[in-house]
Amino acid sequence: MAIKNNRLTAEQYQQNFSDIHPPFDSRESALVEANRCLFCYDAPCTKSCPTEINIPKFIKQISTDNVKGSAHTIFAANIMGAGCSRVCPVEKLCEGSCVYNLLEEPPIPIARLQRYATEQAMEKNWQLFTRKPATGKKVAIVGAGPAGLSCAHILSREGVDVTIYEKENKGGGLMTYGIAAYKVTPQFCEQEVNYITALGGIQIKYGQELGKHISLAALKAQYDAVFLGFGVGLARQLNIPGEELEGVVDAIRFIYNIRAGAYDRVPVGDKVAVIGMGMTAIDAATQAKRLGAQEVTLVYRRTQAEMPCTEAELDLAKLDGCRIIWLAAPAMIKGEQGKVTQLVCNLMQLGEADASGRRSSVETGEKFILEVDMVIKAAGQIPFEELVTSNQLQHAQGKITVQKNGATNIPGVFAGGDCVNGGKEVVDAVQAGKLAANAMLDYLSS
Amino acid sequence: MTDISANFLGIKSPNPFWLASAPPTDKKINVLRAFEAGWGGVVWKTLGSQVKNVSSRYSAVNYNGTKVMGFNNIELISDRPLELNLREIKECIKLFPDRAMIVSLMADNTREKWHELIAQVEDTGAHGLELNFGCPHGMTERGMGAVVGQDPEIARLVVEWVMEKATVPVITKLTPNVHSVVPTGRAAVEAGSHALSLINTIQSVTGIDLDTFVPNPNVAGKSVFGGYCGPAVKPIALKMLATISQDPVTSKVPVSGIGGVSTWKDAVEFMLLGATTVQVCTAAMKHGFRIVEDLCEGLNNWMDEKGFKTINDFIGKSVPHLTQWEELDINYHIVANIDQTKCIHCGLCYIACEDGSHQSINQQYGKPYNTYTIREEDCVGCNLCKLICPVDNCITMVEQRKGPEYVNWKEFQLRGMPLNDH
Repeated sequence: MAIKNNRLTAEQYQQNFSDIHPPFDSRESALVEANRCLFCYDAPCTKSCPTEINIPKFIKQISTDNVKGSAHTIFAANIMGAGCSRVCPVEKLCEGSCVYNLLEEPPIPIARLQRYATEQAMEKNWQLFTRKPATGKKVAIVGAGPAGLSCAHILSREGVDVTIYEKENKGGGLMTYGIAAYKVTPQFCEQEVNYITALGGIQIKYGQELGKHISLAALKAQYDAVFLGFGVGLARQLNIPGEELEGVVDAIRFIYNIRAGAYDRVPVGDKVAVIGMGMTAIDAATQAKRLGAQEVTLVYRRTQAEMPCTEAELDLAKLDGCRIIWLAAPAMIKGEQGKVTQLVCNLMQLGEADASGRRSSVETGEKFILEVDMVIKAAGQIPFEELVTSNQLQHAQGKITVQKNGATNIPGVFAGGDCVNGGKEVVDAVQAGKLAANAMLDYLSS
Repeated sequence: MTDISANFLGIKSPNPFWLASAPPTDKKINVLRAFEAGWGGVVWKTLGSQVKNVSSRYSAVNYNGTKVMGFNNIELISDRPLELNLREIKECIKLFPDRAMIVSLMADNTREKWHELIAQVEDTGAHGLELNFGCPHGMTERGMGAVVGQDPEIARLVVEWVMEKATVPVITKLTPNVHSVVPTGRAAVEAGSHALSLINTIQSVTGIDLDTFVPNPNVAGKSVFGGYCGPAVKPIALKMLATISQDPVTSKVPVSGIGGVSTWKDAVEFMLLGATTVQVCTAAMKHGFRIVEDLCEGLNNWMDEKGFKTINDFIGKSVPHLTQWEELDINYHIVANIDQTKCIHCGLCYIACEDGSHQSINQQYGKPYNTYTIREEDCVGCNLCKLICPVDNCITMVEQRKGPEYVNWKEFQLRGMPLNDH
């Protein structure tokens, strides 16, 4: 057993990482689905979208060949509508509440239709928004992820000059660095960032990390307002013996490496255990398999009823041939010569429900051993608590405390996205950026 | 045992489904294939003056992704040599003696030309003649087709010429491009026409190319009004047929119904309003002759279920249900009811009632699903919500009479009963 890269041929990589939700291949096929849409009033799909895209309207616009209008409808509510059409867990959002589900009929493929409209807008570079004359106001945004970009776009539209400080050398945040490559390609993420910033009035400064290259105090002094959208980043530690062994990696880093470099340069084990059952765990497990791992096992302390990922994601892992062990929690990682050889797990059982109704996981006392050479930790991410504390921001376990409109305890400083909610969907971050932008416009004009 | 055969003025066909005078009936090879497929009869594409057709000839109206909801054409009568048509008609009759062979005619507007054409056609052994007084394009400019049908006195004259010569049943085909089909229908019957058929196509512009600005169909950058047909015209055809069935003069003769018949259900509706046979064209042009199979099987099964032994048992059965508005019962009142177990919360009933009718549906917010209920006291029983609802039998109309007795508008006024106060 060994961890190594370059396990597959170029063709195999190409095939394994090709688009998992291919677009409609023709106008006709899109129209068949668009015409199925009932054009619901006060539509459940729209209510289930965190950014409240007027979905019946944009689908109707596709059916009337007003694709430009359709793209505008989407982007007006969600400037990352193109990326969201690829990465949103729509089965628990818009498509999950499509009224066709109640008829036991397949829901309208909303994401695919959204992709149909937004992809054309990006390919043809339709600039659907114009920037108002400059107001002379300046805003700094920390983080060029979905929250920051969404906030920046609205501010710039209103004539505010925006400077985004981004610690990586590409924009897009977790969209670029934290999501399976078969959902969005790095190239697409770059195009999306360029499409959004083509509006003008938005400057992104790369390689600028808060607390390292820049400080909140300086930004406050230099700008009329500041938006913080720096996300979460640190992988939650397992705090078990053996975590320091070679072959134990965190999922965020693993996915980052896949996204930032070439597939054949990312090393993966023969037998891989992935700890956790969230979206990131699935993304790590499926991609480990697609990089050529022989055996991938997902280990989760609770049961399918409690898992954080969606059914569709679980199916994806199963179809990729990943094994799933429910009611198992890592107890110890064993190794030889400093390298992982075994994962020892506690067999768990469900206990009492907590305040949220989720049942706890309790040890049974029994243990079992998985022979593995790689352990990927995807047990959640934790906020940048130190950064938050050192800047005197009010917070709860590192998650910045904000009012409904995104205002923090510091006047003129707003926040949104993962650094506030602890890690949700891209679409939630876009909405947070949008709400904060509107509050900031009020703040700037008062 | 159900018998779906038809007897139209002695012209017998194994079923009441005839192919209308049109491209599918313009040549032997097609008509033979239609008979093989099971069609009860054909009306051979109109013979008459020499013509030359143009290209293109057809255009269509699509609706929400469904192709050819309506169809239009600028094709003229048969452009094949008369002799060839006559020879082929004769051969078809010989090969399928049990099927109805009607020949559509449109002669130049003189007595002699009509007599000459009738003699030639009768020589083929055709069972009947259909006079094309309806073609709305191309022929009208030459004083033929719809021009004849639009003027009752010209129609009367031509029918008189025809009746002087014809020895087989004569059917006069009416144009819908008039405010009422009854005057020409009466003139034709009074002049001796044995039967009527309707409707011919309706003048139309199906659409315009938004890049070239040329209306459809495009003939070298120009277009003309075409004849509209297909499913879209069925309601208009049914109304016109009903007026023929209601009129004391025209209701005396049998009618062959035409206009958007695509399914056995459509055909039954035409027959319920008085048609003895129905003619089909657009549906066959779209899907081929094979559609006659379900036309026959569907009609047969429906008649079985209803206990009708022959088609005569139900022809015209719906005519008495049509009355004058003044005769309608004002005390009859229905209100909508939403079956909450079937509702899928699409909100379509709500917005339709709110913006399009009488604001009588309550919307109760829910995430993601709102609840919709009827405010019965405000509901006027218009049917709109029920028509819009995408779920079968989710919205039903429940009878809640305003009073026990029948009261029509005249009586209502006489008694000084109250008008609406909202």
